[in-house]
Amino acid sequence: MTVHQTLPGDETSPAYNYAYLDEQTKRMIRRALLKAVAVPGYQVPFGSREMPLARGWGTGGIQVTAAIIGPSDTLKVIDQGADDTTNAVSIRRFFEKTAQARTTEATEAATIIQTRHRIPEAPLTAGQIIVYQVPQPEPLRKLEPREAETRKMHAWAEYGLMQVKLYENIARFGEVTTTYDYPVMINGRYIMAPSPIPKFDNPKMHKSPALQLFGAGREKRIYALPPHTSVRSLDFEDHPFRIQSWKEPCALCAATDSYLDEVVIDDQGSRMFVCSDSHHCETRRAAGHRGTMLGDAAASGLVDPSPSAVIPGDRRETRDPFRKPTEQGSGMDPGSALRSARDDGAKVETGANS
Amino acid sequence: MTVHATFPDTALEPAPLLSVSGVGRFYGERIGCEGVSFDLWPGEVLGIVGESGSGKSTLLRCLAGIDRPDEGEVLFRGGSEPLDIYSVPEQKRRRLMRTAWGIVHQNPRDGLRMDVSAGGNVGERLMDRGDRHYGQIRERALDWLSRVEIAGARIDDRPRQFSGGMQQRLQIARVLVSEPRLVFMDEPTGGLDVSVQARLLDLLRVLVRDLGLAAIIVTHDLAVARLLTDRLMVMKDGHVVEQGLTDQVLDDPHHAYTQLLTSAVLSV
Repeated sequence: MTVHQTLPGDETSPAYNYAYLDEQTKRMIRRALLKAVAVPGYQVPFGSREMPLARGWGTGGIQVTAAIIGPSDTLKVIDQGADDTTNAVSIRRFFEKTAQARTTEATEAATIIQTRHRIPEAPLTAGQIIVYQVPQPEPLRKLEPREAETRKMHAWAEYGLMQVKLYENIARFGEVTTTYDYPVMINGRYIMAPSPIPKFDNPKMHKSPALQLFGAGREKRIYALPPHTSVRSLDFEDHPFRIQSWKEPCALCAATDSYLDEVVIDDQGSRMFVCSDSHHCETRRAAGHRGTMLGDAAASGLVDPSPSAVIPGDRRETRDPFRKPTEQGSGMDPGSALRSARDDGAKVETGANS
Repeated sequence: MTVHATFPDTALEPAPLLSVSGVGRFYGERIGCEGVSFDLWPGEVLGIVGESGSGKSTLLRCLAGIDRPDEGEVLFRGGSEPLDIYSVPEQKRRRLMRTAWGIVHQNPRDGLRMDVSAGGNVGERLMDRGDRHYGQIRERALDWLSRVEIAGARIDDRPRQFSGGMQQRLQIARVLVSEPRLVFMDEPTGGLDVSVQARLLDLLRVLVRDLGLAAIIVTHDLAVARLLTDRLMVMKDGHVVEQGLTDQVLDDPHHAYTQLLTSAVLSV
């Protein structure tokens, strides 16, 4: 056992371990992750720890990231699609400090992406891990309050009730009005809550080459999707699943294929639609795409019209010189351990299909 | 047990749908019910009567797969093989309860989803068994609402907005939509006023006859038993004291307690 936990007052080392959690806790979380990868969509209980921020602010995602991050990883954190919102900045700084993580805003450059509410617009690639912060992991919770009962329903795939929820939507509003946390069927077996991402992002989960991990800190559950897992959004034969669409393109970068946020811009009720994925928008602007309102936004100093420094890449210089380099990562890289476990998970999945 | 009645239609359906032998359930020292045995044939309606606390509901919960009895066995011949419902895995028992059986609770709030519209309540069992066509589910729901005399215009109202009698009828529609072979009813007319009771009884009589359902009805109302049931079982202190054809039991009661029960009712 190589526990590198030290006590306050010890001059040579900080008061806590690499990536904040102690090694035993990380092991416990990794065991839960391996089980979750082996049974896609199944909610694995784990001993969620107190973190230095309130539950409901991403403690599940942070614990998962802490358990898999290593010195060779590059971390991207997004909140509502943006890299520069409070929670994203705080969590990024947390890992810069405690894990000496190299951080980035570029989706392509990241090996671990921790996210709340969005999947980046740029397609994820093999080898990347996306970590979702999940407030409510149980898709049946609002329909069936008893935990023992929902577990039985999952165990025996009694999922008629989930369909009743969609039926109610259509009966009342003429269409399925669930727009986020839209329930999905994993690998033809488990129904899973995809965390509060918009249903626009649901198709991106289907057969994604990236490993997808879900951590719910308050509810103490972890679940996962190995790469290339089938993810089907629930629907009716005569009311097929549809994603959101917008009448106008992004006002800053003219993108027509990204998820747009509606922003009220004055007291007269004028609005603009703008990409929720800030990195995607900046990349497009850097490539010369110009939306109708880019000039106005640049004039008032809100955005850089042609951002040249949009791909920050290595941010390692910002990190805290916090630990001696010799101690880094306790000589192992859990991220890579999990990535190889992920390959096993993929084999299990194809085995189940054949 | 002194009466040995012969049962209708035994020649057509030689095997009983439900065979119960020696079922007992105990709450510590106290007896819930003990040594209950009977057979129920397809299309037959069995009534269980008795005073409050005589073990009627306990027995029904044992038969319906809700509570495991402490002794005895319940055999169900819904499919090709007779099935001991308490020796099969819970998963199978639950599937049976959702498809081949129906349970109508005394209080409609126990059997309905109060936050789901009437159509959703009726359609749930269809979606449970895998129906995924919204239009067809809705059509079936409308059909069943009309069969239990609920206006089609109210399909999107929630059960909260319904009267007590309508809730009870909605519950019956919700149970019968999957065309079960056996229905358990616990005081289906309890808490309803007399005119609503009468309409509900008419409705139940028609449905049971049209669908060829077998049903077990627990009631403390002898008039309900007289109207609905073919055969009657009288319970006292957890034991069956008398059973036989309904008219026989009510008109010519043998056991002292049954005599007391029938004489306590005005002009049954």
